[in-house]
Amino acid sequence: MERKIRVLVAKPGLDGHDRGAKVIARALRDAGMEVIYTGLRQTPEQIVQAGMQEDVDCIAMSILSGAHNHLFPRVMELLKERKVDDILVIGGGVIPESDIPFLKSAGIAEIFGPGTPTKVTIDFIRANLKRNS
Amino acid sequence: MSDDIVAGIRSGDVRAIARTISRIDNGDPGIVGIVKALHVHTGEAHVIGITGPPGSGKSTLVDKLVRSYRRDGFTVAVVAVDPSSPFTGGAILGDRIRMQAHATDEGVFIRSLATRGHLGGVSRATIDTVRVLDAAGYRRIIIETVGVGQSEVDIVRLADTIVLVSVPGLGDDIQAIKAGVMEIGDVFVVNKSDRDGADRVVREIKGMLETALVNGTTPPFALAGHGVAKAAAGYSDDPHGLPPVIKTIAETGEGVDSVKKAIEGHRAGLDQAGLLRARRLANVEHELRSVVTDRLTALLERDDIRSRTKMLSAEVVDRARDPHDAADDLMAAMG
Ligand SMILES: Nc1nc2c(ncn2[C@@H]2O[C@H](COP(=O)(O)OP(=O)(O)O)[C@@H](O)[C@H]2O)c(=O)[nH]1
Ligand SMILES: [Mg+2]
Repeated sequence: MERKIRVLVAKPGLDGHDRGAKVIARALRDAGMEVIYTGLRQTPEQIVQAGMQEDVDCIAMSILSGAHNHLFPRVMELLKERKVDDILVIGGGVIPESDIPFLKSAGIAEIFGPGTPTKVTIDFIRANLKRNS
Repeated sequence: MSDDIVAGIRSGDVRAIARTISRIDNGDPGIVGIVKALHVHTGEAHVIGITGPPGSGKSTLVDKLVRSYRRDGFTVAVVAVDPSSPFTGGAILGDRIRMQAHATDEGVFIRSLATRGHLGGVSRATIDTVRVLDAAGYRRIIIETVGVGQSEVDIVRLADTIVLVSVPGLGDDIQAIKAGVMEIGDVFVVNKSDRDGADRVVREIKGMLETALVNGTTPPFALAGHGVAKAAAGYSDDPHGLPPVIKTIAETGEGVDSVKKAIEGHRAGLDQAGLLRARRLANVEHELRSVVTDRLTALLERDDIRSRTKMLSAEVVDRARDPHDAADDLMAAMG
């Protein structure tokens, strides 16, 4: 029985480009994962619904616009509302060091700043999956 | 436990549906009981297969079809199949990008699947995924697959209506539709008709369909379409009853309602002509064969059968047995 790791790569907010998200999507694919890529300007509601329908193990969000303190916790809130507690949620993009403790307390498992080697993210996902089937 | 899952799926619970599809996709043997229990609750959905070359606008077309079906009040599920990387086994599944308008619509369920080494593109996992969505109550189920050779033909095995998408400008001769693929189409779409050359592609497709009709080389499925055209208004207005060829601009939605009408007309025609059952019979027959083939293949891999195969092979090489005798022995050992 083959178990594939499925990851939703999403760009919440109003950022105009998704180069960073595409780089991570390709890296995850090259690591053997199945990446569901949803494109730009996703609302937290769209991200959560897509994550549930696609039954992903991990939601990886990238944000540059500075709205992370609102959008990331909102995703966690919606997941909780829908009683989903087994999806690993991580974030990346341009996020000030000082915001990280707040985001982690909201339930984001880890924040990866610009320039993080993709291998670090891949290893983190593999090591922190919340379910094994 | 499995009763709860079945009830969850039947009541449209997103998590129950999504997890079950994953377990099917992962080949989890524990899922067989659930798929079996769901079977009696299936058969209501109209299953529509959409295939064509990469970048021809299939996902964009699906997005607009979903919108059109939602306006008519139908619940819709989409299964979008894309190839896995043969090197890493990973995949980037990007069809949802075009369908985000429906992401929060409770009446729409979208699921992306990777082929996972299934060259055909349409695996047994896809068939059972369609069953789950059917049992969950989605009344239109659209399967998008990339047309690369065999996969276009495979999709016939699970769809009631096949839509073949082509586009202008892919090459000189009829790029979009190869011989042996043409014949499975019930509805032909020429997308990106905002571009030069769309009319020429329409003429080429019509020409090929007419030739196939005249030569009598049209295989059963297109003939079914032929019978349908005579039976149902709204499917095809071709005087010879050939399948419709429709120009669209999926990006703006132009022509998409005509595609929907043709799909619905085709299904109605299958019903009226008594051909829906014939089509499904052929598909289930094919599925049964493939289930048995899979089981036999698994049996051949069993340890005792493997070592017996080795032993018998040696006997054949040593001329102590002939290959047919050895095969008889092996079949007997497999029970
Ligand atoms: N010019 C034009 N572009 C289109 C049309 N339909 C889709 N596209 C574009 O074609 C590209 C591929 O579309 P997509 O739906 O992803 O194709 P798929 O790979 O067949 O699913 C996208 O950039 C679409 O915006 C159309 O009718 N006309
Ligand atoms: Mg597509």
